[in-house]
Amino acid sequence: MQTELITINMGPHHPSTHGVFRMRVTLDGEIVREVEPMFGYLHRGLEKLAEGRTYTQIIPFTDRLDYVSSMAQNFGYCLAVEKLAGIQVPERAEYIRVIVCEMQRIVNHLIAVGFLINDLGALQTPLQYMWREREKLVDLFEMLCGQRFTYNYMRIGGVSQDLPPEFLPALRKFLDDFPGYYAEFEELLKGNEIIVSRTVGTGILPRQQAINASASGPVLRASGVDWDLRRDDPYSIYDRFKFDVPVGTRGDNWDRYRVRMEEMMQSYRIIKQAIEEIPEGPIRAKVPNLLRPPKGDVYAHIEAPKGELGFYLVSDGSIAPYRWHVRAPAFINLTALRDMVIGGKIADLIVTFGSIDICLAEVDR
Amino acid sequence: MGLKALAGPDVANKIEKRFPGAIVEIQPAGIVVKSQSAADVMRFLKESPDLDFNYLNSVTAADYFDYFEVVYHLTSMSRKHTFCVKTRAFGRENPTVPSVTHLWQGADLQEREVYDLMGIRFSGHPNLKRIALWEGFKGHPLRRDYL
Repeated sequence: MQTELITINMGPHHPSTHGVFRMRVTLDGEIVREVEPMFGYLHRGLEKLAEGRTYTQIIPFTDRLDYVSSMAQNFGYCLAVEKLAGIQVPERAEYIRVIVCEMQRIVNHLIAVGFLINDLGALQTPLQYMWREREKLVDLFEMLCGQRFTYNYMRIGGVSQDLPPEFLPALRKFLDDFPGYYAEFEELLKGNEIIVSRTVGTGILPRQQAINASASGPVLRASGVDWDLRRDDPYSIYDRFKFDVPVGTRGDNWDRYRVRMEEMMQSYRIIKQAIEEIPEGPIRAKVPNLLRPPKGDVYAHIEAPKGELGFYLVSDGSIAPYRWHVRAPAFINLTALRDMVIGGKIADLIVTFGSIDICLAEVDR
Repeated sequence: MGLKALAGPDVANKIEKRFPGAIVEIQPAGIVVKSQSAADVMRFLKESPDLDFNYLNSVTAADYFDYFEVVYHLTSMSRKHTFCVKTRAFGRENPTVPSVTHLWQGADLQEREVYDLMGIRFSGHPNLKRIALWEGFKGHPLRRDYL
């Protein structure tokens, strides 16, 4: 039978795109023949704006990159400036940074998995369980810096304020409860027949291509590449903690989902170790308000929840960066999207796209 | 442990042997190569077994008025080292450097972004279109003289 290819626009307003993202999809019945991702609906020109701000004033911009994991973005940027200016961060601040970053990773993965299950058609119910745990962590962040979102918590040379006295007991309480809830998620989701049949074998990203396409984070690890910057290029104090790096085998949607679930438990392990070892002491190095780093350029990267978050800074010795570039993991993870979905069903396109876990604010900057 | 940032002079020696005259400047942790030789040098960095740069971290560019500098950060997952390669494109009208998408697919969207916002052409890129801004937008906002 003769059939005609049809081209449809998915997005920019579509419930599954997690923001304003458009895919121009060419379909042969239900089979995807071509996908063209369209970016830019949320482009705010942050890289240009940053050239007119001081180094400290840029920290709130980083909150607005990937707003689901603002702490990690703060961390990556501060680390780059510290590397450029040669600033030593006090011990206590390093521990606080690691603790909040790992909390942030749990938040990010809860949301990523929750929405992935949502995209699979299990509307709202599993997401609400994830949301409940996230809420507890967000409450802790609020206790820490007064914000539930876009924290602006870290500073160049440390963090803005010390942990309030009630923070660590509350975090311990969360950590005591978390494994039980985690087991509940696993019971609810892992053996679910719909989740298994919809995710196993769909959206495959082969190992070689994952490396070649500069995929990073859970997307890269799900494809069987044992690569985690926290272990392979330890920044801050990550070399002091024991944790495993979960790796997938096939690089399909199931593996990406599993890697995120298992990473939550590893973050839990890191937080446990960090709160035992955290020393007393100052929380910020002495850094001038108008910091003038020496002339030169620097690239610093961290393992953000979505992948390798890099900052490329060029300093001309003035109070504002000459060039401020963000290597946004979610943006680059989309490079291989086309190859992952072509030949599959359109319903799988939604799932694959969800399993990459993007945040449009970071993709478009 | 950790990734070792290779010293500029060490890598420069190896490249100078293969491609005499390709290097413009040697920096402590990187090199600047001529744009005409950039594609060959990048292929050499990727395929030579003792360098083995299989992972392209990032592609970006900076505007220094006299020239544009395109910056590549590379990592070798097997050898656990990193390196930074830069190349320069001259002229404000039509600065061009060779694309590396045939070596690393990961350069695809990033080169499009550099083209869109900085106005540098990547010869050999299969789909060099604007990405963040719309077709028909005048100018390239990340250039220093764009106001």
